[in-house]
Amino acid sequence: MSNLPNNRDRLPRCRCAAAALLLVLALSMAIPAHAQPAPSLVHRPAPEFALPDLQQHPVDLAALRGKVVLLNFWATWCGPCRLEMPRFVDWQKQYGPQGLQIVGVSIDDSAAPVRPFVQKLHVNYPILMGDAHLNERYGGVFGVPVTFLIDRQGIVRARIDGGVDLPALEKQIRQLLTAR
Amino acid sequence: MMSLRPRAARLPLLFLFAAVAILPVHAQIASPDDPASASVIPQSALLQPEQLNRELQQHSPLLILQVGSKVLFQEAHIPGAAYAGPASRPDGLAALRARVEPLPRSQPIVIYCGCCPWDRCPNIGTAWRLLHRMGFTHVRALYLANNFGANWVALGYRVESSQ
Repeated sequence: MSNLPNNRDRLPRCRCAAAALLLVLALSMAIPAHAQPAPSLVHRPAPEFALPDLQQHPVDLAALRGKVVLLNFWATWCGPCRLEMPRFVDWQKQYGPQGLQIVGVSIDDSAAPVRPFVQKLHVNYPILMGDAHLNERYGGVFGVPVTFLIDRQGIVRARIDGGVDLPALEKQIRQLLTAR
Repeated sequence: MMSLRPRAARLPLLFLFAAVAILPVHAQIASPDDPASASVIPQSALLQPEQLNRELQQHSPLLILQVGSKVLFQEAHIPGAAYAGPASRPDGLAALRARVEPLPRSQPIVIYCGCCPWDRCPNIGTAWRLLHRMGFTHVRALYLANNFGANWVALGYRVESSQ
């Protein structure tokens, strides 16, 4: 006598497997893999702005054309922002002469906590005070950090929501710096 | 003749003394208004975004307070929500206290932030702890795993702006 199950025994198991597969498919379709808060700006011209930095020096994005710009939205109370900013300071020092310009946009409620924080970290790039209007123009910044990488032609090459993968971003910056 | 206790037997005593010595120092460092992590919020007080969205569609009378960034609030917030200030800062915490002080302690309140990933948010745990200490019994915290953009806006739930 054979020990193999007959077809009638196999049927419920097949149904269960099919139902599980359907459930997994439905769930994977319902949960967006990479939820983007707004239509992507990547491969489009970076929205222009001209705002004063903490020392009241004007920072005009249009005037930075020809440089690779790393635009970082952050806040003093944001843990991931505090982790990555010291590396940005290093990069500004290391890659600045090759044409990198980092610009920080704080979304703190006022400049009061920003000034001592920036001094403590020896931030060597301009920090602007952002607002809801600028956030909107950049496709919606609904949490921080959010970082944009803009090439020498003023085109957005990457938008990173959340803490950046520092080695991967550094590689991208170096590629953009060498591309003429 | 006095018998000396074996070395191993003295170890627990040493640990006890060390713990007693460290305790007051730690108590001084951790002020009641220090930012608290989101982990202070019990699982039972968490509110999922889809649940809040359902309640809003049913026009449930809710007091919703955003306890994070003003810039983010002005850009987009949950319909009907009020701005209470970043709870990780003393002025934000004072604003939240002033906002809820006159309310009955049984008032249902929903708090949310969504400035950064849940386990790194400096505001939501601090706000929940204040309301809990003030005696509010029906406080729920909106669980936004990544941030307000990814876990509310991107899901197509309604927002208002106050620019």
